[in-house]
Amino acid sequence: MNLTDSALLNSYSLYALYSAMAVYALAFIAFAVDLARRSSAVDAIETDEAAELAGAAPAGAALNGTAASAGGTLTLKRPVLSRISARMDNDAALPYGRSSSLRVGVALTVLAWTLHLAAAIMRGFAADRVPWANMYEFAMTGTLLIMTVFLIVLLRADLRFLGTFVTGLVLVLLGVAALKFYVEVAPLPPALQSAWLVIHVFVASLATGMFALGFALSAVQLLQARRENIALDEQTAPQRSAQRSTVASALRFRFLATLPSAATLENLAYRISIIGFILWTFTLMAGSIWAEQAWGRYWGWDTKEVWTFIIWVIYAGYIHARATRGWRGSRSAWLAIIGFSAVMFNFGIVNVFFKGLHAYSGL
Amino acid sequence: MATLSRPSDHYDSRPQTPQSLQSGVVQPKLGWRGWLRWFWRQLTSMRTALFLLLMLAIAAIPGSLVPQRSSDPNGVSQYFADNPDLAPTLDKLQAFDVYTSAWFSAIYLLLFISLIGCVIPRTKHHFQALRAKPPTTPARLARLSGFTEREAPAHTDAAIAITHARTLLKSSGYRVARFDSDTESSVSAERGYLRETGNLIFHGALVAILVTVGFGGGYGFSGQRVLVEGQTFVNTLLAYDSFSPGRFFDDTTLDPYTLSLDDFSVSYEQQNLQAYGQPIDFTADVTVTPKGGAAEPAAVKVNGPLRTNGTNIYLLGNGYAPTITVTAPDGTVVFSDSVPFLPQDANLTSLGIVKVPDGLAEQLGMIGFFYPTQDKAASGANFSSYPDLEYPLLTLNVYTGDLGLDDGVPTSVYALDTDTLTQKTGGTTDVDSIELKPGESAELPGDLGTVSFVDNNPAASAAGDFTKSVPRFASFDIHHDPTQIWLISFSMLVLFGLFTGLLVPRRRVWVKATTGADGTVHLQYAGLARGDDPALEAAVATLADRHVKLLKTHQPVVATPETT
Ligand code: HEM
Repeated sequence: MNLTDSALLNSYSLYALYSAMAVYALAFIAFAVDLARRSSAVDAIETDEAAELAGAAPAGAALNGTAASAGGTLTLKRPVLSRISARMDNDAALPYGRSSSLRVGVALTVLAWTLHLAAAIMRGFAADRVPWANMYEFAMTGTLLIMTVFLIVLLRADLRFLGTFVTGLVLVLLGVAALKFYVEVAPLPPALQSAWLVIHVFVASLATGMFALGFALSAVQLLQARRENIALDEQTAPQRSAQRSTVASALRFRFLATLPSAATLENLAYRISIIGFILWTFTLMAGSIWAEQAWGRYWGWDTKEVWTFIIWVIYAGYIHARATRGWRGSRSAWLAIIGFSAVMFNFGIVNVFFKGLHAYSGL
Repeated sequence: MATLSRPSDHYDSRPQTPQSLQSGVVQPKLGWRGWLRWFWRQLTSMRTALFLLLMLAIAAIPGSLVPQRSSDPNGVSQYFADNPDLAPTLDKLQAFDVYTSAWFSAIYLLLFISLIGCVIPRTKHHFQALRAKPPTTPARLARLSGFTEREAPAHTDAAIAITHARTLLKSSGYRVARFDSDTESSVSAERGYLRETGNLIFHGALVAILVTVGFGGGYGFSGQRVLVEGQTFVNTLLAYDSFSPGRFFDDTTLDPYTLSLDDFSVSYEQQNLQAYGQPIDFTADVTVTPKGGAAEPAAVKVNGPLRTNGTNIYLLGNGYAPTITVTAPDGTVVFSDSVPFLPQDANLTSLGIVKVPDGLAEQLGMIGFFYPTQDKAASGANFSSYPDLEYPLLTLNVYTGDLGLDDGVPTSVYALDTDTLTQKTGGTTDVDSIELKPGESAELPGDLGTVSFVDNNPAASAAGDFTKSVPRFASFDIHHDPTQIWLISFSMLVLFGLFTGLLVPRRRVWVKATTGADGTVHLQYAGLARGDDPALEAAVATLADRHVKLLKTHQPVVATPETT
């Protein structure tokens, strides 16, 4: 490819990337609106139920999508259960259907993803190689894969409620990449000319996508567990909970009532994270095969190797915690959260600020 | 349903009874064997494994914050220079050798002892489980996962219904056992033993990797050798510039093949101005001659080691090796060599040392700078503006005096100790440094003789093409590592173990048929997950559907249509 074509393609790639960011931002707003609507729907149902308990006539259900049958009793008035996936019921306290903003959010995400994909492909053609050879390109392709993982998971399980988190995360990473990491197209230095660059980095990004979803689910799980505990308190010890309620309700995300129970979220987080763990194990192995070829040793405790190892051990700990009595539930969720924080640290801080052989940030 | 051999605090094992919980604490006389057993139980518990794993993750962090002797010795020296107060304290804590430190080793050794203590009883138990029959059908299935009921088609016999269920389960890979009594028949089935097998293989392979790395490394060696284009190296101990054998390595087993560097080529980016001069390829064309064998051409590249004669040859560095000749005033050549100059920057400004101990009136040392494409900064200082040979220039500062070579103390060929020498050119001497282009010569100060910068291809240089005027050198790392093949194999086992240990569902399924007073046969189905099993309920439902369908098609007489 001649130089002017390459420069032109690269500028198209930038346009596509900035457009993708704009559309992700819109999708983020749509997902956030959905969460707000869920909260107000929960409010509406709770006031309804309170009114009904007091003998008043039922008001129209505020829920969208899943029809609330107008029954006399409280239980009947709750909408029918929705599903998370073919195998899993949505055991939310107040199941909530598809609001239009949720659908808009997903549609915008798919549109932004298409632009994002185009940006990565054009960058690849502009550089005449895979588009992940410096920090800017890692960030662009890595976030593309995180988003791809999210969209693929959506086909199998209804995790659209994570839309705010995923679009938010990708938006922040892309913003940092475009503003701080941008470098012009450059050829691959010999140390990176390897099939392992393709495999190692690709699989690491897929694993990161899985860990990101596992992180988000675990975080929601923690919030949900807190809500469930408060709800339990309200039933069992109303006085005590009354004292706490002002603080609690200020910090309480009402939309949580429309999300699956903490136990279901935990199972989902686990299933996604173990896939991430398998991919990460492969990343670690592929990395050491490559290190052997490039540097003559498969393991040398280089900073990047150290952090890859730390992340691997944290997730091994997470998997163990899930199998250890007393550690299931919220405690193990914290490990998933720490694990993903380490992944982000490894990508954002270690690459840029730590010294080591992996000096490919291009900065 | 508990797996007894699992650590007692595994969530799936039988909860400890109050007595057994107390026994360790209340019994006053435990005895040393009792204590030992108690300690072993603690060490091999899930909680300890988890604790040690988390400790391992934390203990690995300091090694990324502080430079490590193993990977970055210069960084350690720098750290000592920058933090003279803190560094010695950190050094006492082994912070510069984290991964071989006592505390890091203690954590992983304990972890692996725990691992072995955990895996051995589980392996034994698993072998028994592989041969055992699935357990008896529980009396009440209704409390188990995916419980579902169906009515068998009319005139079905309970025993025959169970025979069909048994066939169905067997063909889906379950191990089955059937139980019959007067009032009911049932089949108990289990599948997914591969899950536990995988888990054990995974943990076992981790131990194997640790042992291989720990001991196997002792059987190899690594050595370095710099070769200038045209030079040949024989794989013998003395031919290495540096050599570090493993603990168990025997030098006499070195296989004396030869390796010649025929040509070293580099290509540079020349189109893209953003990356102008960035190297895009390094290739060392070599010839390998096994002992008593025929010469074979081969190539060593970055990312492309040459694996030959039981060794791996890696290309780790390269640069220029100007050919320098020193001639005494009487015309005898006292020094003639291509001297590897170490690159100092991306444009290959290179630094090299020449030592001439004999043949001249005084011992002579020279510090040289080589600029492949020389340019002059506004300050008058030379620099190189491009890494290839466009306008090569060699500058030399001359020193005379005692080179310190006669004391028997080993000195580096890449360093000149100027303390015992007198500077004759450059610096504060008021005499200009010697500047030579390929093919040029200059008088040494003090009538010591002449120094020449030999041109390797004078004809081309005369025509303005200097690209072949100065030879290049390549530095090779040569390793012998008999463990690699084992490590790859164990890593494959780790992956296999992970896939099966995490993803194969292990479950029990029961089908029970009871005959009612009116002769109708009532069918019950239920399952039990052993470990994470997202598909269990769907699997039980599918089984029930397939079973009833099978019963219908095997009906001898079709009676009244059934509703379920
Ligand atoms: C180097 C240390 C260790 C690492 C990296 C590690 C890692 C893992 C991983 C990744 C799994 C899930 C994969 C699978 O089931 O195949 C697992 C499961 C398991 N590990 Fe370990 N492990 C270690 C040490 C131990 C020790 C010391 C014990 C015994 C106390 C142990 C007991 C178990 C058990 C019982 C399971 C099954 C968990 C379940 O039922 O889901 N592991 N381990």
